[in-house]
Amino acid sequence: MSELIANAPVDQGSPAVTMRMGRWDRFRNSVFWYSFTRDKVAMVCALVFALFVGAALLAPILAPTNPYDLSTIDIMDSEIPPVWAEEGDERFLLGTDDQGRDLFSTILYGMRISLAIGLFAVLLQAFLGIVLGLTAGYFGGRIDSFLMRVADIQLSFSTMMVAIIVLAVFQASFGSELYSKLAMFMLIMVIGIAEWPQYARTVRASVLAEKKKEYVEAARVMGFGAGRIMFRHILPNALSPILVISTVQIANAIISEAALSFLGLGMPVSQPSLGSLISSGFEYIFSGSWWITVIPGMVLVVLVLVLNLLGDWLRDVLNPKLYKG
Amino acid sequence: MLLFLMRRLMQGLIVMFVISIISFSIQDNLGDPLRELVGQSVSEAEREKLRDEMGLNDPFLTQYTRFMGKALQGDLGQSYFFKEPALDVIFAKMPATLELVFAASLIIILVSIPAGVYCAIRPNSWLTRLILGFSILGISVPVFLTAIFSIYLFSIELGWLPSYGRGELVPVIGGWESGLFTKDGLLHLILPAISLASIMLPLFIRLIRSEMSEVLHTEYVKFAKAKGLKKARIYFLHALKNTMLPVITVGGVQIGTMVAYTILTETVFQWPGMGFLFLEAVNRVDTPLIVAYLIVVGAIFVVVNTLVDLLYGLINPTVRLARSAS
Repeated sequence: MSELIANAPVDQGSPAVTMRMGRWDRFRNSVFWYSFTRDKVAMVCALVFALFVGAALLAPILAPTNPYDLSTIDIMDSEIPPVWAEEGDERFLLGTDDQGRDLFSTILYGMRISLAIGLFAVLLQAFLGIVLGLTAGYFGGRIDSFLMRVADIQLSFSTMMVAIIVLAVFQASFGSELYSKLAMFMLIMVIGIAEWPQYARTVRASVLAEKKKEYVEAARVMGFGAGRIMFRHILPNALSPILVISTVQIANAIISEAALSFLGLGMPVSQPSLGSLISSGFEYIFSGSWWITVIPGMVLVVLVLVLNLLGDWLRDVLNPKLYKG
Repeated sequence: MLLFLMRRLMQGLIVMFVISIISFSIQDNLGDPLRELVGQSVSEAEREKLRDEMGLNDPFLTQYTRFMGKALQGDLGQSYFFKEPALDVIFAKMPATLELVFAASLIIILVSIPAGVYCAIRPNSWLTRLILGFSILGISVPVFLTAIFSIYLFSIELGWLPSYGRGELVPVIGGWESGLFTKDGLLHLILPAISLASIMLPLFIRLIRSEMSEVLHTEYVKFAKAKGLKKARIYFLHALKNTMLPVITVGGVQIGTMVAYTILTETVFQWPGMGFLFLEAVNRVDTPLIVAYLIVVGAIFVVVNTLVDLLYGLINPTVRLARSAS
């Protein structure tokens, strides 16, 4: 983040003035905040995303019913359309799904799962990618060419393909009963491991640029170890590209999770994410119960769209020379 | 160039080797071939004897060599469900998938090049904003949702287009039955092809736009303008040529992604192709079929990536020189 603050336009005063300003003031004077308050799209997106995250976190409080509690679900309530439709029931704001669960509550809980998988998968990607990217960029030579060759090959097989095959094989060998218990963990692992090259390439590119600078030389002369220089000195200066790709990567992870769940390789119907909810409603779309599929689908699209727009905005503001592709 | 070629081929071989090991370990660990053959009624002693006879107790390396030997002769075992050679089952379904990928690629090429070039030439027009707005929306809608929404709109609400299957097919050559030559077949192809194309289209539009606007700022384009060449000639002959280089590389990688997304598209539209077959095989734990699919798709990936790299080396002399110098 130090780069953001260093770029601040107003922050030209004497050191004494800068010292007196707290972190919050420095943040408010930064380019980052300045362009944020002048970009309506970014503000709306941030607001919507905050709403989504808030709703997901507070799901147990906000949701009128608990979709995991089988005793509150009545199968007689199944496939009731949303309130504004003619046969709507006012108990169920967005109608019910094929099992009689309140769709609004199920979507809230589903969003929680989708967001959690997206965040943890990206944390795993970032961890692997940063460690491997720093190593490749800092040490160079054979380690670098080996790691980047592996990254190239892994990228040439699409994440989706790898994830589908790995999960399919696991599901076939575990049996679906056991698999449905491990589904969340498996999804995070697979999406997390499959996408590390994205981070590794970005980090490596910035490390190569940073490595030549004098502060790294200075740290080396002072006798710091490679690990300390990599993580304490270079990494903080390579953070802005990481921040930019993270937003888009979370969006991608959420899409991947939804797609895998749609294929029946992800979250089970008893604990649905947005993807498995869409999948369970798809059978009923032909008989006219469109809401089970369409409403969670719209939620998913808005969530991902907001993240992508935020990512675009971040890219424009921080404007790092990102790795293309 | 020769060195570059050899290196690419080596890399392809290594990847295929890794895929074969992975496939073999799946074959080895997933399901019990003996149970598929004899059922539950055979005693334990007899099972053990059969195991020995079939070589299931041999060391890993011996079994792997045998598996590879058979695989190289095109024998990947019998599908448990279809009772036919797994490879034959896959090849029978392949034309359906290839037709889908072909139609989707055609849509991508025909739409993304004009759209991308237009956005680069007129960065401030309202149409550009519209195209870019649509492209970020397109990135945000997962392929299966595009498919579901289009089924809901065009098949259920409007009733214009069929929602599943391949429709009427005509035999072409050999075992290839095509839906490309009948009106019914083409109607069935429209929605799946558009859904499959929708995932790649935004990416290509944005890529072509950014590459093209970079090229438009180069000296040689300015010079061509100063020379008074016709605009269309500058844009579509001089500038587009250099724009397409990175697009080809990305395109090659994306063909692989497209094969993955056929699984999703085929599932939604019940398109009888390889992807649909693969998911069914997973649900039935039909191991030989899963393994055959892995190897066929792996081979497609490796061949396409190698071809794209070679093609890139052929068109772009700097790559050729840089690689052979290093």
